[in-house]
Amino acid sequence: MTTSTNLVFLIALPLFSAGLLLLLGRIADKWGHIFATLVSASVFVIGAMEFFAMQGREGEARAATQKVFEWISVGTFQVDASLLLDQLSICFVLLISGVGTLIHIYSIAYMSHDRDRRRFFAYLNLFIAAMLLLVLGDSYLNLYVGWEGVGLASYLLIGFWNQKPAYATAAKKAFVANRVGDVGLSLAIMIAFTQFGTVTFAGVKESASGASAGALTAIGAMLLLAAAGKSAQFPLQSWLGDAMAGPTPVSALIHAATMVTAGVYLITRSNFIFDASPTAQLMVVIVGAITLLFGALIGTAKDDIKKALAASTMSQIGYMILATGLGPVGYAFAIMHLLTHGFFKAGMFLGAGSVMHGMNDEVNMRRYGAIGKVMPITAATFGLGYLAILGVPPFAGFYSKDKIIETAFNAGGVEGILLGGATLLGAAITAFYMTRVIVLTFTGTKRWDENAHPHESPFLMWAPMAVLAIGSVASGFLLNSGSALVNWLQPVVNEHHEHHAEEFLPPIVVSAMALIVVAIGVAFAVLKYRSVPVVAPENVTGFTKAARKDLYQDSFNEAVFMRPGQKLTAGLVTTDYKVIDGLVRMVGWVVQISASSIRNIQNGYVRSYALIMVLGVLALVAAVWMVTL
Amino acid sequence: MDIANYIYLSALLFTIGAIGVVVRRNAIVVFMCVELMLNAANLAFVTFSRVHGNLSGQVASFFTMVVAACEVVVGLAIIVTIYRSRRSASVDDASLLKR
Repeated sequence: MTTSTNLVFLIALPLFSAGLLLLLGRIADKWGHIFATLVSASVFVIGAMEFFAMQGREGEARAATQKVFEWISVGTFQVDASLLLDQLSICFVLLISGVGTLIHIYSIAYMSHDRDRRRFFAYLNLFIAAMLLLVLGDSYLNLYVGWEGVGLASYLLIGFWNQKPAYATAAKKAFVANRVGDVGLSLAIMIAFTQFGTVTFAGVKESASGASAGALTAIGAMLLLAAAGKSAQFPLQSWLGDAMAGPTPVSALIHAATMVTAGVYLITRSNFIFDASPTAQLMVVIVGAITLLFGALIGTAKDDIKKALAASTMSQIGYMILATGLGPVGYAFAIMHLLTHGFFKAGMFLGAGSVMHGMNDEVNMRRYGAIGKVMPITAATFGLGYLAILGVPPFAGFYSKDKIIETAFNAGGVEGILLGGATLLGAAITAFYMTRVIVLTFTGTKRWDENAHPHESPFLMWAPMAVLAIGSVASGFLLNSGSALVNWLQPVVNEHHEHHAEEFLPPIVVSAMALIVVAIGVAFAVLKYRSVPVVAPENVTGFTKAARKDLYQDSFNEAVFMRPGQKLTAGLVTTDYKVIDGLVRMVGWVVQISASSIRNIQNGYVRSYALIMVLGVLALVAAVWMVTL
Repeated sequence: MDIANYIYLSALLFTIGAIGVVVRRNAIVVFMCVELMLNAANLAFVTFSRVHGNLSGQVASFFTMVVAACEVVVGLAIIVTIYRSRRSASVDDASLLKR
């Protein structure tokens, strides 16, 4: 371990910038966006410097720590606010600050007509700070602070246009669904503390080997719940589609590239717990497999371009979660897919934003068509991202996704065949819905609104898209060449280069199978969408109807959780009003009634007072007389 | 003459005074009835002074007279003031205390 003094600036700079821009208010309107972008870029520069410094160190000394201050110190329990930059964190630091900076630049143009652009950039910087704290914290408690911070930033940015009630509701929905996951994380931390007496990653890792299987499974399950909430995995995935209410750069940065992958980070970071608990691993794999199919199926029926991409994000994160559940061999591939996905999905979201920008914020793909001719750069960058997500060699997704499919098949036995089949099926559906997006948006005939005059976006918007497109092309090859990322992450995820499970199928066969199913998916979509009605047809199969409604997840949540919950609260309110308040009001009422009857004695007539006095004296005399007798 | 008769007379006077206070409305009459009750008490004091053969009762009756004199001064002043402002000496009219 090396001690470093620079790590704190990674978090402090964007946090300071966010606070400054929010506190200065309208004064900072003129330069706020440029300031925030420069801060984000400088964070990337610091991160890159740290990365090169790490390259120069060997073995144990690669990871760097910095103790910022002593946070909690009670008896023998001590938590420091300290940061840990290791081989895993640096991947995230570079992704977050790199993609974050590109999206800052993009947003300068995209948000230029918004009067609250400064506030938007303040929130973006707040997000960068919280996300970096999440990946740099050296204990679960530090991670938790960042975890909540990104939840807050996500809430603020989804509801950025909260003058529209539907958008404000979407923000609330995301926040509530995330709370469910957060409960899981806090429970995991509490269990870890009671079992091990420590919450640092290093401390828990040390004690995990000697812990009981039940405790490890409980921690694993709770961590999985947390990951499901943040990463929009089944059964907490319903918020991601609505989260598209936020401005498109937000969808690209937070709801595609970085924040939603925090669950993958959490599981990879906690590899020592999942490796020790096969039950928890199985749960992770099941959640990943369900979500990757779930998201893909939803993606096939969405007409809103952003919601189609959101469903795709859900599905791709399902791939990552599935990979993390496959044990030590899977972690590196999960992270590799996370990084490549960060490039191509952010690029495609920015492309979608670019199309919307040119089409008067129209999101319905049925009103697009033939946009490729008027927006060639957008179409080209989007197309490169498309080839990457399909896994066409040599684009990025080919290296990361095929590895996951391969690893899934290698899991062995029935499990391997089921998981491999699920990932292959997912790949086919992915090919179908992404081709559908391309066909509906960029090719075919014009189905535009009369007022739409699409035009290519300005330089500040297409430049980040171009950079991300280059990433979509090259990142997979670079990360995979000589198993670069696998070797790099090896100290963190403890992979010992032994191929203990024998290969189910040779890699070349898996790749060929993947390409064949992708080709089938593409062909199917091209044939199906030769002509596109402007209004979505009503006479569709029940399956399409279900997919349009997010496979009824919202209806299920409403019927099982929301309505009974509302009934429960309504019942509690009635009980409170009738029983608790009723008792209190009855006390007052009794006093009032008795007082008003006794009040009649005080009638103001001197004669009645005199009479009462006489009677009183008589009673007194009688009493004395009785006693003396 | 039997000394008990003085006590009977005293009790009778006191009762008449008390009834007068309760039933009459005119403040002056009520006032006179109060005086009657005081004097009935005085009569009882003097009688018991005679019975016990010492002067304590008679002294007490002087105190009563002093108190009665003071009371008359204050009481009449109140009655006159009320009469001036309300043109009535009825005690039932002066029932503002209940509000």
